[in-house]
Amino acid sequence: MENLIPIPALCTHYDVEMSFFTNLSDMGLLEIKTIENCLYIDSAADYEIEKMVRMHQELHVNMEGIDVVFNLLQKIGALQNELTTLKNRLRLYEN
Amino acid sequence: MAFIDYYKILEVDKKATEAEIKKAYRKLARKYHPDLNPNDKESEKKFKEINEANEVLSHAENRKKYDDYGENWQHAEEFEKSKQQRQYQGNGQQSGSGGGGFSGGGDFSDFFESMFGGRSSGGGGRRSAQFKGQDFNAELHLELKDVYTTHKRTLTINEKNIRITIPAGIENGQQIKISGMGAEGSGGGPKGDLYITFTVENHTKFKRDKNNLYATVELDLYTALLGGEITADTFDGKVKLTVKPGIQNGSKIKLKGKGFPVYKKEGEFGDLYLNYHIQIPTNLSEKEKELFTELATLRTS
Repeated sequence: MENLIPIPALCTHYDVEMSFFTNLSDMGLLEIKTIENCLYIDSAADYEIEKMVRMHQELHVNMEGIDVVFNLLQKIGALQNELTTLKNRLRLYEN
Repeated sequence: MAFIDYYKILEVDKKATEAEIKKAYRKLARKYHPDLNPNDKESEKKFKEINEANEVLSHAENRKKYDDYGENWQHAEEFEKSKQQRQYQGNGQQSGSGGGGFSGGGDFSDFFESMFGGRSSGGGGRRSAQFKGQDFNAELHLELKDVYTTHKRTLTINEKNIRITIPAGIENGQQIKISGMGAEGSGGGPKGDLYITFTVENHTKFKRDKNNLYATVELDLYTALLGGEITADTFDGKVKLTVKPGIQNGSKIKLKGKGFPVYKKEGEFGDLYLNYHIQIPTNLSEKEKELFTELATLRTS
C-alpha cells in the first residue's frame, strides 16, 4: 500500500475528474489497481501522470492526443539514444 | 540588461487583442512546451520567453506599463519603486516550478524583474504545488580516463552537496537517474529525482566504441620485415608483443580483455584492437640507398 496513491487524492490535487484517470487506463496509458473498492495508481507512475495532466490542462490535448504524444515521445527517446550511440561510434573515424 | 520585445516573442502586432495574444501564446506553448521537447535546452529557453511575454501582455495592467515605459524602462523611477514594493513577493520564486499559467515557465529575465518585481500576481489557474518534487537535471563533464575506474564525486546541486558513485564504463551521453535527489515533494508526495547526463571527453590516443578500444601502433620497417618484440601502450599500462616476420601495414591484433570496463559489470572488460602502422624510412643515406637497391635487385632477379 505504501507505494500506491489513491486516485481521489490525485483528483483533488490535480483538479481533474475521476474519468480522466479511468480514460487513461482504458487507453492503456495507466494501470489502475483496485483494493477494497478503492482505486489506486502506483506512485512510480506519478511523473508520467503529471505530464499527462499538464498536457491535458495546459495544452488542451485530449486523451487520444496524449496517447499519440506519448508514443511519439517514446520514439524520440529511442532515436535520441540511437543518435548518441552513432555519434560515439563516429568518434572512431574522427582525428 | 537589454530591452525585450514581448510582441516579437509572441509574434503578434502591437495592436493585438487579448484573444489574439492568447491564441498566439497557446500556439507557441504547444510548440515549445518542455513535456513535448525533452532534453531540449533551446525549447526550454523559448518556452520561458513566451511565458514571460504572456505574463506581461495578457494582463492589462502589465501590458499598459510595458507599453507606456517599455523602451525607456531604465529611466522610469516608478519601476524602481515597484521593484522595492514587490521584492518580498519575488523572494519566494523558485525556478521551473511554474509561472504564467504553465508549469515550468518560471525564471523570469532581469528585464522582467526590474520592471515588474517578482512574479506578477495575475497568473491564476496554476497549481500551487507539485505532488512529486521537481526533478533536477545536471550535466557532468568527465575525461575518458576518469571513467576507466569506478569513483566517487561530490556534485553541488542547488547549493547542496551530493556525493555520487560513478560506475566505470559510463558512456558519453549516458544519463543516470538518482532517485529522491530532486526537490522536496508536497502533500506527502515523494521527492523529485536527479538526472545526470555525462559528457565524456576523450583526449587519449585510444578511440572507444562501447567497451572496445582502438589504437595505432607505429612499427619500424625492420621489425615488420624481420619480426621482433615491441612494447605497446594499453589504456592502463604497457604490454609486450611479439611481431611475426612479414607483418603487413594495417594489420590488426586483438588483445582480449585489455579494452574498457563494461558498465556495471565489475571485472569485465572489452578488447583492445591495435592497428600496425609501418613507418617507411625517409631521408635515406647513400649507404642505405645502395643496400635497398641491392635488396630490390635480389627480389627482381
